[in-house]
Amino acid sequence: MQKETSAKAQKVKLALRAAFPMTIPVMVGYLFLGAAFGILLESKGYGFGWAALMSVIVYAGSMQFVAVDLLATGAGFLQVALMTLMVNIRHVFYGLSLLGKFQNFGAKKPYMIFSLSDETFSLLCSAEPPKNVDRSWFFFFIALLDQLYWIVGSVVGGLLGSSFSFNTQGIDFAMTALFVVIFVNQWRETKSHAPALAGLACSVVCLLLFGADNFILPALISMVVLLTVVRKRLDRPEEEATT
Amino acid sequence: MTGAIRALLVIALIALVTFFTRLLPFVLFPEGKETPPYVRYLGKVLPFAIIAMLVVYCLKGTSLLTWPYGLPELIAVAAVVALHVWKKNTLLSIGVGTVLYMVLVQFVFAT
Repeated sequence: MQKETSAKAQKVKLALRAAFPMTIPVMVGYLFLGAAFGILLESKGYGFGWAALMSVIVYAGSMQFVAVDLLATGAGFLQVALMTLMVNIRHVFYGLSLLGKFQNFGAKKPYMIFSLSDETFSLLCSAEPPKNVDRSWFFFFIALLDQLYWIVGSVVGGLLGSSFSFNTQGIDFAMTALFVVIFVNQWRETKSHAPALAGLACSVVCLLLFGADNFILPALISMVVLLTVVRKRLDRPEEEATT
Repeated sequence: MTGAIRALLVIALIALVTFFTRLLPFVLFPEGKETPPYVRYLGKVLPFAIIAMLVVYCLKGTSLLTWPYGLPELIAVAAVVALHVWKKNTLLSIGVGTVLYMVLVQFVFAT
């Protein structure tokens, strides 16, 4: 019994140690973005406790910034619900991409689904655990560490409030750089660049057509349509025995 | 303190709707059942397309028509790509890219 628990503790520790380095880019971005959120929320009269509450139970970066506005302007519940749905509808597509990945995650699965932020999604897509490391614990710690950074960042921001004067303009580029790096990695790892190019083309075209505030949903829909149209060419028969 | 209760309800509502958007695909296509091949295909190709979209999403606020014409973003993204192709070190690429971008927007192209 003793041996069993210590073996399990060893497994968990190994996974944590393997997961941590993967999350460092997100740590940098989340600490600063989270702080920016906490500062903004505090400036509207909601102290660090509110920031902590939102980062624990909502945990959605861009939506929390929108939520500051919704709280400050006293928006109605229907408006809040619709706004949240619009801002976060992209997460439906993240889940679709990860259906297979979370199989056999057991009790960790609900948290994996709850914590699917943009950045965690991108790490889950790109990171692979080393051979001797437990898969589900590895991905679980990536998700958990990411949320902890976000919570710490937002609480610190709420505590510091407006006394925070270090010029951090441009620090949010850490997130852009993270996505660019993952894009480059994916590009080098596959021969078929069509999905990446389809995503890029649809996003740019929709950004130009619909503007910065409204392009996400049309971009996602158009890339699904485009990828569906070219499915026969992209879907290799050896991986799809049923078609 | 009806204001606080209202704020709590708003936050709870946002939390619920957010979780709903994340949960939906897993409810529609549960583990025990065979996922349709079309959905599995989407699951295979979408991550590539979505990462591309997230790059665009991060750069959506960049104005190409007014000063500095998206130059800081262009330079910093190019630096990240070049550095990453060269050194293949994620932290180095992100660290150097971010510091470079901060210097560019705070000093070089300061408005």
